Amino acid sequence: MKTRLTISRFLLTAFLFPLFASAQVHEHTLGNGLKVIVKEDHRAPVVVSQVWYKVGASYEYEGITGISHLLEHMMFKGTEKRPSGEFSRIIAEHGGRENAFTSRDYTAYYQQLEASRLPISFELEADRMRNLQLREEEFEKELKVVMEERRLRTEDKPSSLTHEQFMATAFHVSPYKSPVIGWMGDLESMTLSDLEGWYKTWYAPNNATLVVVGNVEPAEVFALADKHFGKLPTSQIPPLKPRREPPQRGERRVTVKVPAELPVLMMGYKAPVLRTAEAEWKPYALEVLASILDGGDSARLSRELVRGRQIAASAGAGYDLYARQDTLLSLSGVPAPGHTMKELEQALRQQVARLREELVSATELARIKAQVTAAKVYERDSVFYQAMQIGTLETVGLDWREAERYPERVNAVTAEQVRQVARECLTDERLTVAVLEPLPIEKGAQPVSEGVSHVRH
Amino acid sequence: MSATKPLTNPVPRSLFLLLLAAALWAGPLQAAPDIQQWQTKNGARVLFIVAPELPMVDVRVVFDAGSARDEERPGRALLTNALLEEGAGAGEAHLDADAIAERLDALGAEFSTNSMRDMAVVSLRTLTQPELLAPALDTMALVLTAPSFPEEALERERRRVLVALKRQQQSPEEIANKAFYAALYGTHPYAIPPMGTEASVAALTREELLAHYRRYYVGRNAVVGIVGAVNRSQAEAIAEQVVGGLPAGERAPVLPEVDALPEAMRSHISHPSSQTHILLGQPGVRRGDPDYFPLYVGNHVLGGSGLVSRVSAEVREKRGLAYSAYSYFSPMNRKGPFILGLQTRNESAPEALGVLQETLARFVADGPTAEELAAAQKNITGGFALNIDSNRDKVEYLAMIGFYDLPLDYLETFPAKVQAVTVSQVKETFQRRVAPERMATVTVGMSAEDR
Repeated sequence: MKTRLTISRFLLTAFLFPLFASAQVHEHTLGNGLKVIVKEDHRAPVVVSQVWYKVGASYEYEGITGISHLLEHMMFKGTEKRPSGEFSRIIAEHGGRENAFTSRDYTAYYQQLEASRLPISFELEADRMRNLQLREEEFEKELKVVMEERRLRTEDKPSSLTHEQFMATAFHVSPYKSPVIGWMGDLESMTLSDLEGWYKTWYAPNNATLVVVGNVEPAEVFALADKHFGKLPTSQIPPLKPRREPPQRGERRVTVKVPAELPVLMMGYKAPVLRTAEAEWKPYALEVLASILDGGDSARLSRELVRGRQIAASAGAGYDLYARQDTLLSLSGVPAPGHTMKELEQALRQQVARLREELVSATELARIKAQVTAAKVYERDSVFYQAMQIGTLETVGLDWREAERYPERVNAVTAEQVRQVARECLTDERLTVAVLEPLPIEKGAQPVSEGVSHVRH
Repeated sequence: MSATKPLTNPVPRSLFLLLLAAALWAGPLQAAPDIQQWQTKNGARVLFIVAPELPMVDVRVVFDAGSARDEERPGRALLTNALLEEGAGAGEAHLDADAIAERLDALGAEFSTNSMRDMAVVSLRTLTQPELLAPALDTMALVLTAPSFPEEALERERRRVLVALKRQQQSPEEIANKAFYAALYGTHPYAIPPMGTEASVAALTREELLAHYRRYYVGRNAVVGIVGAVNRSQAEAIAEQVVGGLPAGERAPVLPEVDALPEAMRSHISHPSSQTHILLGQPGVRRGDPDYFPLYVGNHVLGGSGLVSRVSAEVREKRGLAYSAYSYFSPMNRKGPFILGLQTRNESAPEALGVLQETLARFVADGPTAEELAAAQKNITGGFALNIDSNRDKVEYLAMIGFYDLPLDYLETFPAKVQAVTVSQVKETFQRRVAPERMATVTVGMSAEDR
């Protein structure tokens, strides 16, 4: 019965969107273990190429937090063959855009190019996969750059500082307790040899996935990948310790006091993810639950807390089913003027209680289904996003096909299942609350203006 | 050496062969998309690109109704725009904010509104299945042509804007941005902060919003961009449906010219942040300006092309002073700003500002090298296909081309115009248009005197 239902849903989807069938994905693993995944998208004469490494902040341990991100910066600082900056310059000359990003669970590098220039990307990425040259002088400068990045993104942003404390309070053992950019103290004591070790440990073809999406022919891409990456030596990749978070035995709270204008409330409940859940439907039920709260302007938080009772100036919910380890289903908000943080917290807790007690409505489920179905079409407007999705899933140890199955999995979730995961996960024992209590912003000197005659140079 | 050096090293041999292979491998280059254009009965300009590949359509409607039209009521344009989806229709057919949101979400449609200095934007993305497309367009039309501006929603959104203003006050970046526009534009409408001020937002009335809507949300003041899997006659019907119900009205009056800064201006705002945010600039260029291409391409060398540009090379790559250091021209209806910016720890602010000023002055005095210019041109033209590789990009270009009255072959001729720019042209244009000795400088953070 259940199987038939799933199949018929799947057929219906396939019937409505025959274009899905044209999204061809091909995969091939090179002799040295580099997995190459190619998705054809012939809408425009462009290509995106991304190299994903299975390393990120959640691979780090105490004392070296931020090392994956810092290494990502150093990857632009030259190889034995090419001096620092050469990589970016060559890509730029070919009309390319390039950058990199580091997350808890991955580090990825990308180039976007006119499709015929793909060989440039492969040549350069293959070179820096094994031949990076880490130089002291470049390291010292780049470390300063990363510290400025931390000041920009975290130190001077009250809500980022609060989020950092929130995660550090929620997790005691799981590496998700540390920020991706690293603690400032750890950055200060980072050394070049730390980075050398990290690079040697994780940067190898058998620890990477190459994702190419665009106006390309898969067979040509595979041949090209083999030509450039095929001879790179493999490494012995050390097994990761599980570092599972032990069960939380009661609510945790943390207060963050920094100069700010607005208070912020964050609440997070420990939640399993696709990789860790004992039943595959549960993460999808949590995904639906998050969407019931925050999947659009008609979802409950906007409708009831921002508009209806007007307790929140803003409120949101988040959950990442593709995380590598257990994560948080989180709620957050800023109280509306005239309302207290206490009222906002109460209102969010009431929302949680309602999810545990009542079944969500058929209308809400239908809304989510429509949104997910549409989003699956919209996402194909971006080659970059399509590549991101494949790379993320592969790198955390899931099959990229999981993303293709996403709509049917979400559509199969029932109201009972949403209530069941709410009852299991949204309990006070699993809850962490972080509160930003603003300190007054010292106004100091008022703006001063003066005419300056001339700037010397 | 660091990334500042222009490409003087010989390209490695193997790479050279690769380039050759790449050149031979290149398939047929897709020409710029064909843009169709017409007017609705009430005078709205429509621009349309057929994109049959995906079963979806983007509709972007822009009005000359941004904060440059706020006059004595800063925040009016933004609040007017935000209230469109808070209630629409009359009598039995009236939909409140919940009903509007519910309708659009249930169709899987993405709907958004936005208001900047020049433009007020209303946009929709929906699937093209008729049973989804028709009600999505209906709702968009209702919101555009019959908003009801409910009092209760106004009060709520007013409070939310006041919260957003507080959020700006705790952000050194936002504080700097506001002070920078105030310094550059003085009494020009571009000085008005789009979100308004606490006092001005508190004072706005429903009648004022309604008057703003009636004056500026009219056919002749609208541009409609459409990109998607619909044909010309469907696109014509879509345009009539979403804006056809608006009165023809009149185009917004021409905005005043922007005066050049009479002298250098320096302002510092003390803020308890670990970094100082620095903005340096002056009124720059308008859309359609004959000097646009030399300035745009020249700035690509100066600070517009990420890590390889001079500003980033000097500030970040050579000295490690900032994570982000850049320069850009932001062309608007009238002269939009020319901005150089960075953020650095408070202690290095004087040094970083000096580097920024020096880099600008040297560029204006000497212009780019031939190698730098060639590299910038290759970067821009070689990557031009990336600018228009999605429906989202295309619909934004359509709205921009229509709004600023740019020629319909703007995209098609863009690479050739970039390629035609010469070293002496960049140098001459920068010297004529950019005056390093008359810049506005805004710093926000803890200066030595503050500490």
